[in-house]
Amino acid sequence: MSDLSEIWVYLARAPLAALTATLLAWLGALRLQRALGRHPLANPVLLAVALLAGGLLLSGIDYRAYFEGAQFVHFLLGPATVALAVPLYRQWHQVRRSALVAAVSIVSGGAFAVAAGTGLALGLGAAPEVTASLAPRSVTTPVAMGIAERIGGLPSLTAAVVICSGVVGAALGPAVLDLARVRDWRARGLAMGTAAHGVGTARALSVNATAGAFSGLAMGLNALATALLLPLLWRLLAGG
Amino acid sequence: MIGALTTLLSCQLVGEVLVRALHLPVPGPVLGMVVLLTALVLRGREMPPALGATADALLGHLGLLFVPAGVGVVLYLPLLARNWAPISLVVVAGTLLTIAATGRLAQALLRRLG
Repeated sequence: MSDLSEIWVYLARAPLAALTATLLAWLGALRLQRALGRHPLANPVLLAVALLAGGLLLSGIDYRAYFEGAQFVHFLLGPATVALAVPLYRQWHQVRRSALVAAVSIVSGGAFAVAAGTGLALGLGAAPEVTASLAPRSVTTPVAMGIAERIGGLPSLTAAVVICSGVVGAALGPAVLDLARVRDWRARGLAMGTAAHGVGTARALSVNATAGAFSGLAMGLNALATALLLPLLWRLLAGG
Repeated sequence: MIGALTTLLSCQLVGEVLVRALHLPVPGPVLGMVVLLTALVLRGREMPPALGATADALLGHLGLLFVPAGVGVVLYLPLLARNWAPISLVVVAGTLLTIAATGRLAQALLRRLG
């Protein structure tokens, strides 16, 4: 008995178990996605997060203890973001030709995301700090958290809704684009990256190289535009 | 592969340093992407094959890299439960409307100008 509990204490604490569990959950999620016939809701990020979150809640393991191990995977997010320059450079002649259109679409789409989110939240009578936490949800997590802090939101709530928005966009975005009859791969990529940041870009890259390149561009530019403009507009509207 | 990883990490490092030195509102890796893209454009030749292969390997499982942060949602379950109605509506409707609007706008502009 004491042996078992010793092993449990080791597994719950050492980075090895959390890292292995993360990779196993991802492989399991990919299998599940195939088994479900690649249904749009069977998004591997959603499935893997659900598996691991369920595991943590059932076993009572603290998220911080889990992250100690999983941070080795999390760390690769930095170099992977830098690596988005590679698909962008492969499509460079296409990107350069439509740079102006891309920039206008991304900034307008980013503004629409903020306006739609704020309007819906206010319409439903959400508390001001919840509304402020939801406003920057379509940009990449670290930027969104920084913006939330500046406009009176709760950065931790923002982190959660950013991830959820990314997963929703990645899972259902392609179906919505089909419904809206958006067939241009460049436009599809711009839409995914603007509304669903890196998680949407991961989905776009797995479908089409052109869409992936434009999605990575949209993620980066929308992060910059929203970070510069949202706090400014927020102060104007809240102050006036 | 080690050379390519070093290139990626160096660009990220330059990005992180620039962000802090110039007080820019973007994360270091996003600026690192700009640094790498600028370097590739200035170099102006074919993509180095090792860099291409390493980037493809990392980006092939980009979704996996979001999982550890995504599991962090467990920390905010009570907060999410208290505000579930506005949050779920904004997350689902707000995100999907944005995708449709951005896609339509981009496609219309690309047809006319691009």
